[in-house]
Amino acid sequence: MKHLATILVSSLALMAAPAAAETIAITGGKVVVGDGSAPMDNATVVIRNGRVVAAGSNVTVPANARRIDASGKWVTPGIFAGFSRIGLVEVGAVRSTNDTRAADSVFSAALDVQYAVNPFAAPVAVNRAAGVTRAVVSPGTGNSMFGGYGAIVDLGQDSDPITKARAFQFVEFGETGHRRAGGSRAAAHILFRAMLEEARTYSRSPSLFDSDLMKASDAKALLPVINGSTRLMVHVNSANDILKVLDLRKDFPSLKLVLVGAHEGWRVANAIAAAKVPVLASALTDLPEGFEELAATQSNIGRMKQAGVQVGIGMINDRDAHQLRYSMQYAGNLVALNRIPRAAGLSWDEAFAAISSKPAEIMGMGSKLGSLKAGRQGDVVIWTGDPLELSTQVETVFIDGVEQSLSNRQERLRERYRNPAPGALPKAYDR
Amino acid sequence: MKWKDLLAVATAGALVAGCAATAAETETASASVSSLSKSSAKAAFPSTYKRYPSDNVVITGATIFDGEGQQIDNGVIFMSAGEIVSVGGPDTAIPTDSTIIDGTGKYVTPGIIDIHSHLGDYPTPSVPAHSDGNEATSPVTPEVWAEHSVWPQDPGFSRALANGGITSLQILPGSANLFGGRAVTLKNVPARTVQAMKFPGAPYGMKMACGENPKRVYGNRNRKPATRMGSLSLTRQTWINAQDYRKKSKGAKPPKRDLAMETLVGVLDGDILVHNHCYRADELNQIIDMSKEFGYKVTAFHHAVESYKIADILAKEDICSAIWADWWGFKMEAYDAIPENAALLQQAGACVVIHSDDENQIQRLNQEASKALADGRAMGIEISDAQAIQWITYNPAKAMGISDQTGSLKPGKMADVVLWNGNPLSVYARPEKVWIDGAMLYDANDSGRRPVSDFELGQPGEGDVK
Repeated sequence: MKHLATILVSSLALMAAPAAAETIAITGGKVVVGDGSAPMDNATVVIRNGRVVAAGSNVTVPANARRIDASGKWVTPGIFAGFSRIGLVEVGAVRSTNDTRAADSVFSAALDVQYAVNPFAAPVAVNRAAGVTRAVVSPGTGNSMFGGYGAIVDLGQDSDPITKARAFQFVEFGETGHRRAGGSRAAAHILFRAMLEEARTYSRSPSLFDSDLMKASDAKALLPVINGSTRLMVHVNSANDILKVLDLRKDFPSLKLVLVGAHEGWRVANAIAAAKVPVLASALTDLPEGFEELAATQSNIGRMKQAGVQVGIGMINDRDAHQLRYSMQYAGNLVALNRIPRAAGLSWDEAFAAISSKPAEIMGMGSKLGSLKAGRQGDVVIWTGDPLELSTQVETVFIDGVEQSLSNRQERLRERYRNPAPGALPKAYDR
Repeated sequence: MKWKDLLAVATAGALVAGCAATAAETETASASVSSLSKSSAKAAFPSTYKRYPSDNVVITGATIFDGEGQQIDNGVIFMSAGEIVSVGGPDTAIPTDSTIIDGTGKYVTPGIIDIHSHLGDYPTPSVPAHSDGNEATSPVTPEVWAEHSVWPQDPGFSRALANGGITSLQILPGSANLFGGRAVTLKNVPARTVQAMKFPGAPYGMKMACGENPKRVYGNRNRKPATRMGSLSLTRQTWINAQDYRKKSKGAKPPKRDLAMETLVGVLDGDILVHNHCYRADELNQIIDMSKEFGYKVTAFHHAVESYKIADILAKEDICSAIWADWWGFKMEAYDAIPENAALLQQAGACVVIHSDDENQIQRLNQEASKALADGRAMGIEISDAQAIQWITYNPAKAMGISDQTGSLKPGKMADVVLWNGNPLSVYARPEKVWIDGAMLYDANDSGRRPVSDFELGQPGEGDVK
C-alpha cells in the first residue's frame, strides 16, 4: 500500500496543475457525442479550460492546441456509471474498507457519502483505466429504509472526487424496504410517510423536535426530498411495488423520483412514462433472483425505452463497487438483443447514451456532463475501436480536460508477473 | 447477483435444516443398493438421461471453432443420430435427406461447458429455502453429493442454454467446507429429475476449498479451522484417515461403508477428480504439495485469481486453472486478481478454463473468454480466437473427464453444438440454435423451442425472451 500511495501522489504532483488549462484537439477519430446521435467519422474534439469546446466534422483546431491524432480510433465522452458504490469500497468483505452501509449507526437519511468516497481507492484507478470517468455513488441502507445522501463523482486521480454532493437521497422499497422497515411492505409505506411527516414537523420548530422515529439530523435531511429540491432515488423492482412508489406523489406531490433497478419496469412502462419518472435500470438481469423480479428480462430497458421512459443503465448491487467497467459490455448486449426475435434492445447510439448522457440527464447534470456537446466537462476517452465491443481497449482518458494516468495495481501486477519465474533477484524487486 | 462464496457465509445458519433431511435420504437410498462399497457408490443414483429425437442436420458456410484450437472458414458440419459425423471445409460431402442450415455469416462452436456452477443447488429465486449448496455444519463433508441438492426446475438452466449456449455443466457444492462433497456433471436438458440430467459416464468431481471461506465459517464459531494452518492440518489428517480406510478396504475384513471415505478413496484411486477452490498463489502451491504427500492429483484449481503468479509451476504440474475473466476485490484473497490471468497462463503453457460460478455470467461465458483474450492481446500475448473458445469447451470437458464424449467437434462425439448469429467473441453475438446430442433444444426463431421451468409457468413473464 505504501508503494501505491507513493505512485499516486507522485503522478498527481506531476500532472494536475499544468495540464488543467491545456487546450487539446483530438483529430481524425470516429466521434460519438453520446446524446444518442450517430457517430461521426473523421471528426475533431476540442477541449479547453477543462471543458469541451466543440465536437464535430467542421471544427477548427486552435493554433495553440496539443494535437492528438485519433485516426482509426473512437472518441467518446467518458462512461457515466448510472449507479455505483465506487470509492466506497476497497475490498468488499473487509469491513473496515467498506463504507457502503452503516448498520450500527443511529443515523439514516442524514448519512452523506461525500465524506466516505476515497478517490485513491484501487477500484477508482482500475475503472478509470477502463474509461469510466463519472459515477453516481449511492449509500446502501443499514437499519432504516433510507440510506442517506448520494453524490456524483469523477474518477480522476486528484484528491477531490466530488462533482455534486447531496445529489440525491437513497431509499429502499420492495423486498429490502420490507425488511428494513420491520417486515412488510405496509410497514415500509407507513414508515416512509411518517418519516416525511416528521420532517415537516421538524421544519416548523426544529428546536422542539422530539421524535421516536428519527433523529433531528435525519428529519432535516429529508426536507429537500419533500420539496423536490433533491432527487429521491428509489430502489424498487416489482411491477406492483413500482406502481405504489409512483403513487407516493399523491401524498408528496413534489417528490422528484428516480427509480433504480426496476427489473419489472417493462410491465408498467406506460405508467412510469406517464409519471415522467426516469429509471436507472439493471441491464441484463433476467432471472427471478427474488419474487419481486419474476418477470425480469434483458428486454426491460428496450421495452421501457419504447414506451417513452427516460432510461439509463445503473448496475445496483451488481459488482457496483469494482466493475463499472462492465458498463460497455452491458450496453453492447442491449444492442445484441435487436437481432433476437421478440426481444427489445437499444440501437447502438441509444445504448451508448444509456452509459453516458442518459444517466447524466436523469441526475440533472445533462448540461454539464455525459456528452461531448459544447460546454460539457472535458471527460473524453479515446478507444482502439467500438467502445461497446469486448476486444476494444482504452488508449487515453481525460477528466475535466486533464489527461489521466491509467496506471493501477492490476497493471503493476501484470507487469511484475509478465514472466512469472523470478530473475536474478526475487519478484519483490521488480517494479 | 451474489457471490456464492459470500452467500455461503451469510446464510450458513439457514442451510442446516434443509440439508440434514437430504443427507438422511441419501444414506438410506444408497445403503440399500449393495454392500460392496465402491461399486455400490458407483451404481447409486444412475443417470437416466436419454437423448431427445434428432434430425440429420448439416450446417454449411459457417465459421467453425472446433473447440480444440482450430478454426475452419466456410465450414460444414454434419450431425446425425445424436453424433457429429463430419466436420470440414467447403468441400465436405453433404449428405442427402438432411436438414440443411445456411450458416453464412454465422459461427459454430461446440456446446459451451461451465466447469463451475451452482445452478440447482443455489437456484433462483434465491430464497433461504433454496439455499442448498453448503453443508456448513462441519468443515469436512466429503459424504454429501451436490446432485442431492440440485433442483431441476431452477430457471437458470434455461437462461444458460438460450443466452449462453451451455450444453454441459458441473454443479459443485459451495466452498464453506475444506471437503465440500461430490460434484455432479449434467447435460443442460430440462428434466423432472436430476438423474435425467446426469451426464452418462461422467466421472464424479470432489469439491475442496482453501483460504478465507472455511476458516471464516468455522473460525467464527470458534471451531477448527480458524486459520489457514488449521485448514491444512485438518485436510491432511482427513487424507490420513482416507489412506487408512483404503488400506483396510483392501484387506480381509473391509470396514463398514462410509460415504465420506468412499469419496476420498475414489480420489486416491483416481476415479474422482479434485476441483479445489483456492485463490492465492502461495496457497495453490501448498495444495500441490499436499496432493503429492497423499498421492492424488488436483485436476483444477477453481477461482485461482493468482494463478498467473505461478503459471510456470501450474504448467509443469499439469493443473488447470478455472477462472473468471476479471472478477476482483470482493474479498482479501481476490485483491490481486488481474484480467490477464488467463492469457499469462496460456503463455506459460498452462491449462485455462473460464468458469462462471454465477447464474448470470454463465449466460455469457463466451464474452468472458473474449475479454480475457482481448486483455492478453493488449499486453502482447498472441492467442487465436479458436484458442479462446477452447477455454470454454474442450478444456473444461477435459478437466471434467468428459472430453472423449463432448467439448469439441470431432466425428463420433456427442452432437453438442451451438450455432451463433455472429462471432461468439463479439458482444453482439447470441446463440441462434443449440443442439444437445443432436436434439435442437433452443431456437431463437421458434418460441416453442425455449424451455420454461415449472417455477415460471403461470408467472408474469412466462416464456418471454429473457
